[in-house]
Amino acid sequence: MTLLEFIVFLPLLAALAILIGAPARYTALSAAILNVIAVLLVAIRFGENTLETLTPSFMASSRELLASPKLSLAFAVDGLSLVLVLLTVIVTVAAVLASPAEGRIKGSPKLYYVSSLFISAGALGAFLSTDLFFFYAFHELALIPTFLMIGIFGSGENRKRTAWTITLYLGVGSLILLAGLLALFFQCGGQSFAFSDLYESVNTTEGNPIPGDAQNSTFLLLLIGFGILISLFPFHSWAPPAYAQAPTPISMLHAGVLKKFGLYGLIRVAMPLLPEGAAHWQTLLLVLLLGNIIVIGLVTIAQRRLDTMLGYSSVMHMGYVFLGIASGNAIGWSGAALLMFAHGISIALLFALAGSLRDRIGSLEFDAIRGGLAKKAPALGLLFGFAAFASVGLPGFANFASEVLVFFGGFKDMGDGLGALQIATIVALWGVVISAVYMLRAYRNVFKGPLADADANASWSDLTVLEKTPVLLLLVALMVVGFMPNLLLMWVTPVMESLTLFGR
Amino acid sequence: MPAYTLEIIVFALGLAMLLVEAFVKLEDKRSLAWLGMLGLLVAFGLLFKVEPHAADDTNPFWLFYSDDRTSLFYKGIALLTTIVVLLMAVDYRGLVERFTAPAEQGAPSQAGLGEFFTLPVFACGALMCMASAQHLVSIFVSLEAVTITFYVMVAYLRRNVGSLEAGVKYLILGALSTGFLVYGFAWLYGVTGSMELAKIAEVLNSGEVNETAALFSFALILVALGFKVGAAPFQLWIPDVYQGAPTPITAFLSVASKAAGFVVLLRVSKVFLESTAGDLSAHAATAFAVIAGLTLLYGNLTAIAQTNFKRLLAYSSIAHAGFLLAAIAAAPTATEAGEEGGLTVFHVVGFYLGAYLLMTLLAFMVVALVRVHRDSEEIEAYRGLGKTSPFLALVLLVSMASLAGVPLTAGFFGKFFVFQLVIQQHQWWLLAFVVIGAAAGFYYYLKVAAAMYWQEPKDGDTAAIPVSGATRTVMLLLIALIILAGFAPGVILSLVR
Repeated sequence: MTLLEFIVFLPLLAALAILIGAPARYTALSAAILNVIAVLLVAIRFGENTLETLTPSFMASSRELLASPKLSLAFAVDGLSLVLVLLTVIVTVAAVLASPAEGRIKGSPKLYYVSSLFISAGALGAFLSTDLFFFYAFHELALIPTFLMIGIFGSGENRKRTAWTITLYLGVGSLILLAGLLALFFQCGGQSFAFSDLYESVNTTEGNPIPGDAQNSTFLLLLIGFGILISLFPFHSWAPPAYAQAPTPISMLHAGVLKKFGLYGLIRVAMPLLPEGAAHWQTLLLVLLLGNIIVIGLVTIAQRRLDTMLGYSSVMHMGYVFLGIASGNAIGWSGAALLMFAHGISIALLFALAGSLRDRIGSLEFDAIRGGLAKKAPALGLLFGFAAFASVGLPGFANFASEVLVFFGGFKDMGDGLGALQIATIVALWGVVISAVYMLRAYRNVFKGPLADADANASWSDLTVLEKTPVLLLLVALMVVGFMPNLLLMWVTPVMESLTLFGR
Repeated sequence: MPAYTLEIIVFALGLAMLLVEAFVKLEDKRSLAWLGMLGLLVAFGLLFKVEPHAADDTNPFWLFYSDDRTSLFYKGIALLTTIVVLLMAVDYRGLVERFTAPAEQGAPSQAGLGEFFTLPVFACGALMCMASAQHLVSIFVSLEAVTITFYVMVAYLRRNVGSLEAGVKYLILGALSTGFLVYGFAWLYGVTGSMELAKIAEVLNSGEVNETAALFSFALILVALGFKVGAAPFQLWIPDVYQGAPTPITAFLSVASKAAGFVVLLRVSKVFLESTAGDLSAHAATAFAVIAGLTLLYGNLTAIAQTNFKRLLAYSSIAHAGFLLAAIAAAPTATEAGEEGGLTVFHVVGFYLGAYLLMTLLAFMVVALVRVHRDSEEIEAYRGLGKTSPFLALVLLVSMASLAGVPLTAGFFGKFFVFQLVIQQHQWWLLAFVVIGAAAGFYYYLKVAAAMYWQEPKDGDTAAIPVSGATRTVMLLLIALIILAGFAPGVILSLVR
């Protein structure tokens, strides 16, 4: 068993152990920490590897499962997947730490931890697979755990409805995606699911052999399929209620990590293999991503609940990642990748804090919150402030570095005048103002102002050490990358350079 | 060892069980079931020792009986299903004892148990013959042997009105479909002058046949076999019969009988689908595509509204028949691809049925236990199972996930291969039906999961359901196979090839 296989299967083995009867919290936590160590080992060995291969090739392992068409359980890592895997293991540790202790869960505590581990394994498997089939299949590991968790432990009256919505919406999205991926597979020869073979089949001296029409229709299928999973406007309506009502660790993992699968798929599979298709739908993509940034941004301002507002803000920020991807140059793509990391950490951070707040005051309705809570719980207030600033994109946090790169990417290939991309970028800049409006207003309403007597005398108290640990972990990760973005960019940029140049 | 030894062993086993039941005074009739399982297990082991007949063996017997890999694969399916069905019958015996009591309101008695354990063994032998049949006569005879055994088994709970009703419905409609089959065979013989499938294919390829008459015979046969596998619009019997029949028998019908139906359907329709002369193959493929679309739509959409779990599984069985028919509809050029070493429709259907066996038997094993201990088959009865019997709930969850086609389970690869064939053939309309069907599946299978995990148990249903060691072992084995085949489909595919 190679190290990468170990990383993918460790959470599943831990989940199995928990089902058989191992102590849930400790098993899950040790597996999560062990995985962080394993990924750091991979990162150290990867070092400053700038090996310019198109598909991941570092520490490659492959077990052939089917000879014709060639299908194998193959894992490898490159700069891009390394960053996403790092994100996954960090958020997993935080999510496991943020899960309530076993005594406090009503119902079976096992399910909490088993679900988190399943989602984590699914994301790791999808990011590390170098086989189109397993890239797709691993992602779906999260489907049923999410369904069960929201239905059992979710908050709010509508949780059952929400659980059905997210499951069916994402189920249909995955089926459309599957159809698109299979169509792509047949256009690439239909002989092998390996990424390297797919790339090779379109890399001929006469250029990409897939005819334009086929590229257009396949890319559209992929854009809709991935788009549903990423909550691309107008396929976003499943996301905010699901994130708002899911138990904290599930929201953290789903919004923080799993959503990045679709973006990773666009960068890794759809854009390089179908360049004409991507160019054909460029304008549509720009319009939709502005829908994410501006329309959903305004919708976010109108929210009356903190958790739904965070859910919408997560949908809104996907627009920036799309913008980075739409730019089609290495700077924009690197920014997009960095933003995937930054957004993943910061949204997990916000959901963890919102979960702690909900445990204390019961409801997150803005109308029901009387404000001034920072006086009662200074640590919670301070940390939430940091998280909100990070999300808005203040310098010093990873979000800032990545958004700047995304905007640079928008202007990098500017011609004589403003193109559609540049106009979209300029409009998208206003999104920063929008997110500052809703985030700061929420922060003020909840934490600032005079503290009501009822709150001052309430029996709850500030964050415990147990609750601070995951939050600090995430915050440190965000700030380290914020001050030294090159830590990740040195891995991401070479990959993006070769990917954006591929097929041109 | 020639392949037909297996059938001889299985029929001899059935006779031996009958003799034991008649002449030996058994304290506990369960030992008969263990005897049957042991014998079938031996037969299953011997399956791997079968050697194909020599190529120069010109005995006319081989015109009737094929011993290729496909036949052996479906014999294996029949044997495995029967073993699990007997195990299920042991768990289910309480109900058989209650509903076959000698007096109208009499005390439960084991008097009717012996045949309940023996009949499946005979059906298994007949199913194995069906898997090998490649001559219109042997197809018809083995098919009837299966169906007649099932008439008895479906109506076995003779003091239960539901079971009797199911038996009558199955008998009448089964007889009707048999009529269609014979009539179709007669036409086919009239058109081609032969009863051997290989010879018929030759004649059809020669282009010297009356195409309209050939298509008419195809249509008649399609009606009859469509009835057997539960294809719309010939599916009406399925929900009532599945719901009324004793649960182990329902499982048997739904897995082994369907699998054997499909192998016959594949063999017979191959003759038409691969015909190179005229428009025969195009017409046949269109017929399959229409039926597949209808079946997918009907099975999946009506399953959504079901509240009885056994009935839900009946509709699910129709739905899965739809996926299999979609694979057959995409067959002709897929076979061309197969010559380059790709997947043929035989592989896809074989894999799908193998996966279907694993997950459906798993589900029915839980249904049988819940029926005995909660006295209900409604989805209501599964409420809170995640709390009261976590093991059974997990078993059913795995089965539902696989039936719904969640990746990394056997069921997903089944659907994946169907998707692959349909997309390869550019059958976009059919693809739309397949996607709608698969999406609806998420809803109705997860409905059961939601009942088990989201809801509190009903009052009085708080006791854990006891699971015997043998049942537990078989369940774990099936789960392991589902996950194994979900990662490595080659495990099953290599057996079909």
